[in-house]
Amino acid sequence: MARALVNVPKVARQGEVVEIKAMIAHPMETGYRSGPNGSNIPRDIIRRFTCTYNGEEVFSADLFPAVSANPFIAFTLVATTSGTIDFTWSDDAGKTQTASADITVN
Amino acid sequence: MHEDPLRVYAGPGVYAGMVGRRQFLRAGMTGLLAISLPRWAVARPSLEEAIRTFTGGANVLDGRVRLDLPPLVENGNAVGVTIVAESPMTEDDHVRRIAVFNEKNPEANVAVFHLGARSGRAMVSTRIRLATSQVVVAVAEMSDGSFWSSRASAIVTLAACIEDLS
Repeated sequence: MARALVNVPKVARQGEVVEIKAMIAHPMETGYRSGPNGSNIPRDIIRRFTCTYNGEEVFSADLFPAVSANPFIAFTLVATTSGTIDFTWSDDAGKTQTASADITVN
Repeated sequence: MHEDPLRVYAGPGVYAGMVGRRQFLRAGMTGLLAISLPRWAVARPSLEEAIRTFTGGANVLDGRVRLDLPPLVENGNAVGVTIVAESPMTEDDHVRRIAVFNEKNPEANVAVFHLGARSGRAMVSTRIRLATSQVVVAVAEMSDGSFWSSRASAIVTLAACIEDLS
């Protein structure tokens, strides 16, 4: 679907609160604009963003047209065990884009 | 024999069920008004209605949430917001959801974030669109079911959403 960019610290201490940043290239077309011929440009937005930590959902977001193009979301997680953090974006058309990052906890 | 109630004979060429001239004009004018308004201006829940839908009618208290929004926005297409809620973020006491609402965009909702004890801190940042100078409200739902909110207003010089591509 598009290019996604995630920022997860590579190494963290057990119990440390780490900041996660996630961004995806997406127009987030609101459906309220009209094109050159006066017709409405159909809505095309990312509706949902989820973040799973070793398969368990730890953060999610429902997005509406008022979220900027190339949606950027920053949040925090507690580093519990080493593993993978997966990110999923799904849009109006039902397409999904995933990204993942590994974290080492010691 | 039963007659159609809408079609009572009232004279040559006139039926009671017909649309009168005044009625016709009135309907025409309402129609024109509806066409001339932009699509989003017709129906949008107010800020309070949108918050009530989110909380399910529960009382919303002021405090425990901080909404950081720049007071003067040059480009309404990307306004950085940060919401921080005061919470120990433990299994027993954490922030369940954080929602952001606006006052004057075509849609009242901006985003809803679902958090939990594993978030560690109740802090979320994102970038939003603001169609005009307005008030933005952040509401946090705690695990005990209480709702806390914070509002901030921004002056927008370049609006988002409404500009056309033509």
